Amino acid sequence: MNRPLPAALAGDALASSRFAVPGMRCAGCISKLETGLAAVPGVAAARVNFTAKQVSISHEPGISVPALVKAFADIGFDASPIADALTGADGEARALVKALAVAGFAAMNVMLLSVSVWSGAGGLTRDLFHWLSAMIALPTVAYAGQPFFRSAARALKAGHTNMDVPISIGVTLATALSLFETITHGDHAYFDSAVMLLFFLLAGRWLDAVMRDRARDGVSALLKHMAAGALVIDDDGSSHWLKAADLQPGMTMLVAAGERLAADGLIVEGYSHFDQSLITGEAMPVAIGPGGQVLAGTLNSGDAVTVAITAAGADTSIADIARLMQDAGQGRSRYVRIADRAARLYAPAVHALALASFIGWMLAGAGWHEALLIAVAVLIITCPCALGLAVPAAQIVASGALMRVGVLVKDGSALERLAEADCAVFDKTGTLTLGSPEPLDLHLLSPHAAGIALALAQCSRHPLSEALRRALTAAGTMPARVSLISETPGEGLTGQFQGKIVRLGRPKTTATTDIAAALQIGDDREQLIRFADPLRPDVAATLGRLAGMGLAARILSGDRAAPVAAVGTALGIPAEGGLDPSGKLARIWALSHQGRRVLMVGDGLNDGPALAAGHVSMAPASAADASQNAADAVFLGTSLAPVATAVAVARATQAIVRQNFTLAIAYNVIAVPLAIAGLVTPLIAALAMSGSSIIVIANALRLKRAAK
Amino acid sequence: MNGILFLIPIALGLGLLGLFAFFWAVGRGQFDDLDGAALRILINDEEPRDGP
Repeated sequence: MNRPLPAALAGDALASSRFAVPGMRCAGCISKLETGLAAVPGVAAARVNFTAKQVSISHEPGISVPALVKAFADIGFDASPIADALTGADGEARALVKALAVAGFAAMNVMLLSVSVWSGAGGLTRDLFHWLSAMIALPTVAYAGQPFFRSAARALKAGHTNMDVPISIGVTLATALSLFETITHGDHAYFDSAVMLLFFLLAGRWLDAVMRDRARDGVSALLKHMAAGALVIDDDGSSHWLKAADLQPGMTMLVAAGERLAADGLIVEGYSHFDQSLITGEAMPVAIGPGGQVLAGTLNSGDAVTVAITAAGADTSIADIARLMQDAGQGRSRYVRIADRAARLYAPAVHALALASFIGWMLAGAGWHEALLIAVAVLIITCPCALGLAVPAAQIVASGALMRVGVLVKDGSALERLAEADCAVFDKTGTLTLGSPEPLDLHLLSPHAAGIALALAQCSRHPLSEALRRALTAAGTMPARVSLISETPGEGLTGQFQGKIVRLGRPKTTATTDIAAALQIGDDREQLIRFADPLRPDVAATLGRLAGMGLAARILSGDRAAPVAAVGTALGIPAEGGLDPSGKLARIWALSHQGRRVLMVGDGLNDGPALAAGHVSMAPASAADASQNAADAVFLGTSLAPVATAVAVARATQAIVRQNFTLAIAYNVIAVPLAIAGLVTPLIAALAMSGSSIIVIANALRLKRAAK
Repeated sequence: MNGILFLIPIALGLGLLGLFAFFWAVGRGQFDDLDGAALRILINDEEPRDGP
């Protein structure tokens, strides 16, 4: 997004990396990040983009990505490196805004000249003004018309038409004919219409691009770190950092606590807990020791382990899921946007009409010159100026309204498909539930015991410890002075408090089937702290609202059948558990074959293929990055309510789009007969064009409050 | 009439100047971080900083 800074410090070529830093909130954060990072040895400069919540760093190539992440952590920020593939080409909006500026400049100046011609300038003055208009309009059409010409050429080459075909033909013909008129000292030149048409259409196109960029920035800023590489140990014991793509089976990698695995492998040394929720959707980490198999993409939440790589890159199980996702997403790429569906009917009708008026006037005895002039007037007046704005204007206003309530919609087609959804499928863990365990029995702990529990819990990165620490800190507990704390993976934490041994860890009595931790102080009886994964707030209300809009909900989960069935019964919707990614995919496909349009809501990587296969899909911001990428929309916060809001807003948007189409057609019904009758002068064309565009935009602005 | 011969090129020239200024600003990425620019004014950097 930002260019690399002027390399005043650059001796050698500097590398540059980008990081998502969702935690920046104020001017203090910007200055802290920029000065703090610049002070790190080897970093030339750091530049914050606050809008995108990203930091780009130019640094010496020798500095590894984890070292930079650590530098962020040292100044108090969580940072995730952003892969190059996700940063995308953000030149599109920039190219469009330049074209828009050129068209706007030309439209204003040509209009200024045209007004004097319309007010009666004649003879030499009119010719002079027409020539000046031509000098402004010709380069403008050549430059600002390119997005339309290119898209039209692509469509024609592929053997179909889109909105850009009539636009390109209309603009080109109008310009060519006006040039001819200018050379032959004619009365009417349509340079102002051609340029203004480009200006309005570019405005629509630019809004569309801005919407996509904005959502993508938001999404990539939320992305969590997917291992970009690993620390590989050589035979001689030395270690170096390798990118994930360069890892090979047979290498040995060192996976530190809190790091994600970059490849599949077998544990050689060490014993740790692995958070496999990314792959299986199961919230609880699994303990794995030497000889056990670990998968790429899982998070090592215990101790450092060394892993012998068995599969890397495209052969890992995570890559299998990615392939499944890619195949599943192909159905969606066949979706045709409403504007293009309209164009399929519109373009032939417009061309037939223009051709018919040309032939009609020729037969009626007008010269070919006059007949052509009228045909061009028909093309200009019917040119989908309002149509080109009708859809993007409504969609960007709606997506802005949704963004304020915490839903990032990726593009306009997502809004259209969201409005069409007629049934909803939810994942359980992390989607209907929060996906992180919450302690239940805190009120049973004495303040004394709570202090000890907090002191122990804050020394571990085990998810239960972290949940306990969050809950106790929120309750205002102060940690007790526990010394000599040590952690045994799979067992728990022990320490000394006032001469007594205290322990927080795996319960010795397995009387309960719930997830639980035990706290033992000295020789007292151990106290159980049970954990549960609570439902998101508003789940029942959201499902009710969806049902009210005609979307029947169901649960498809990869979790064990019993807890899934329990949640289903509690919410009163059908539920199915124990499904692997391809199982979920098959269920979604079965629904689409019945003609249902599925809204898939899921978070784990195991939901990825289902998200890609659904007619439309949403993911919470806590979802795996691949799932966020597969989803059409991402919702923030703990509440599920934005899902229902998004569907409601999408439907309101479709209603406005349909109204706008009706307005545009009504305008054509009035204007086209005038054009065919040969009554449309450039002045009338200009008025009609701007008038209809303004009406359509004003109508779209009504969506501003749609999300409330 | 003669006035127009001077005024039109001047008007177009000024307009073009504005257009090029806008192109320059877009090319320099001045519209990439609109929220950040609003906050940067608040940063306290009175003490001389190292480097450029």
